[in-house]
Amino acid sequence: MSARRIFARPARFAAIAPYVWMLLFFLVPFGFVLKISLSQTAIAQPPYEPVFDLTAGWTAIRSAFAALSLDNFKLIGSDDLYVFAYLRSLTVAVTATALLLLIGYPIAYGMARLPKRWQAVAMVLVIVPFWTSFLIRIYAWINILQHDGLLNQILLALHLVSAPVVWLSTDTAMYVGIVYSYLPFMILPLYATLAKMERALEEAASDLGAPPWQVFWLVTFPLSLPGVGAGVLLCFIPIVGEFVIPDLLAGSNSLMIGQTLWLEFFTNKDWPVASAAAITLLVVLLLPLLLYERLQRRQLEEQ
Amino acid sequence: MPKTARLSRFNIASLALGLAFLYLPILILVIYSFNASRLVTVWGGWSLRWYREFFADRAMIEASWMSLRVAAASATIATLIGTLAAVALSRGERFRGRTLLSGMLYAPLVMPEVITGLSLLLLFVALNAERGFWTVTIAHTTLTMCFVAVVVQSRLGSLDRSLEEAAMDLGCAPVPAFLSVTLPLIAPAIVAGWMLAFTLSLDDLVIASFTTGPGSATLPIRIYSEVRLGVKPEINAICTLVIALIAVVIVIASLASKLSSSRGESAAPL
Repeated sequence: MSARRIFARPARFAAIAPYVWMLLFFLVPFGFVLKISLSQTAIAQPPYEPVFDLTAGWTAIRSAFAALSLDNFKLIGSDDLYVFAYLRSLTVAVTATALLLLIGYPIAYGMARLPKRWQAVAMVLVIVPFWTSFLIRIYAWINILQHDGLLNQILLALHLVSAPVVWLSTDTAMYVGIVYSYLPFMILPLYATLAKMERALEEAASDLGAPPWQVFWLVTFPLSLPGVGAGVLLCFIPIVGEFVIPDLLAGSNSLMIGQTLWLEFFTNKDWPVASAAAITLLVVLLLPLLLYERLQRRQLEEQ
Repeated sequence: MPKTARLSRFNIASLALGLAFLYLPILILVIYSFNASRLVTVWGGWSLRWYREFFADRAMIEASWMSLRVAAASATIATLIGTLAAVALSRGERFRGRTLLSGMLYAPLVMPEVITGLSLLLLFVALNAERGFWTVTIAHTTLTMCFVAVVVQSRLGSLDRSLEEAAMDLGCAPVPAFLSVTLPLIAPAIVAGWMLAFTLSLDDLVIASFTTGPGSATLPIRIYSEVRLGVKPEINAICTLVIALIAVVIVIASLASKLSSSRGESAAPL
């Protein structure tokens, strides 16, 4: 037997602890979300009915099952608040991801063109903000965008505007916040594929007379598609369910689904509807999640 | 003669603008934390006033302490279990349930936090667990161990496997071979994984909000409730302190990854 296979046996035992942990704290909880999404709201603690009581015997469990209903999903499907929230979440995520790609690509491209020594430095510089607190980075923008904030002060001083512009509580502010927070997630996978790319292919194209934009569209961009895919998924999925950024930077007249879920849960204490919203969100994200999982697995296991 | 890649003016401009965009807001926040004026936007000279105010704020200090404890505990458990997961995935060859394990490990990386938070809370309620330090720690461990697993797995993937195989050919059993050959080589990635887990836990607002109980707010929860009421100079000071703490963590982590790259392999990308 090869050393590799002998080594693999105890390595497999290492899977036990993470397996048990993730089953218990990641997979099983979804069962609870599903169950409570089918329950009725109740004024009780915890605020839903029926509560499964395993000690009450088989008939009690059966009647609990009979009490489950799809009412919460019907509510979500018919209430404009939720329908608009889902549509808005998807619109915001698509727009923000497109913006991130437009802004992130030139940066990643510039990084990949740097001399090797500087590439490492640039990569650290892009990663560092990712380590800094999410909340703090959003807060930093509130400082800048508020009514008498730095941006308005600069605009007024340069006489570009005659009165302070309202930036906070607008979609503009929210997009700035999202792009700012997720930019490293877009740049890093793009950079990873662009840096690995065979430069000779671009050179061949330009030696054969292709103008730069054609080299880019016909050679560079198609070759960077795996990085584009990873970056897009890495940004799109969490943005759809984003809560903090729209809550702090966007106005409160149109909510994203993460906000409605939060509101139902913390303000209205309607756990069943919040759970139904979470399940619906999960269904919307299932396809991108599966795509992302495959991509990630292939990337980590091809090495 | 091969053409060397030229940096166009466009490349340099996009890089410079991109980095300025990433760093200026944080820099401005840090500078304003030393502002003597109560009005956040008027410069009143340098002062440490808001730092004093923070250290006098009992609730903020308690929340910071809670956050640091949760971050340290969850990062440690996450590093332990995440490393085991990475070893199983990158050295275990094929085994039953492998796809499920990798799926469960990669999904939380992008899963919206509202979903993770809500589902964990419902579990804790069903288990009748008292919410507080341990529930937040378990929740953060679940999230951050996935990041640790990715960092360590990518390091294991780039490692020369002939090293541990040589040890075994020379008569070493698998576990000692792992402990004496592989483990020292991936140690920098494990350190980096711990640091990443620590900062992610320190940063998290959404999952902590769902899983904590009354009276045990973490720092982000406190900051969030203050920020909702408007900008306060004290928050600038707290944020600067958190940034300073994270900067120290980053320096240690990058030293660790430098150590790892000086051993002939590329460092983990995260």
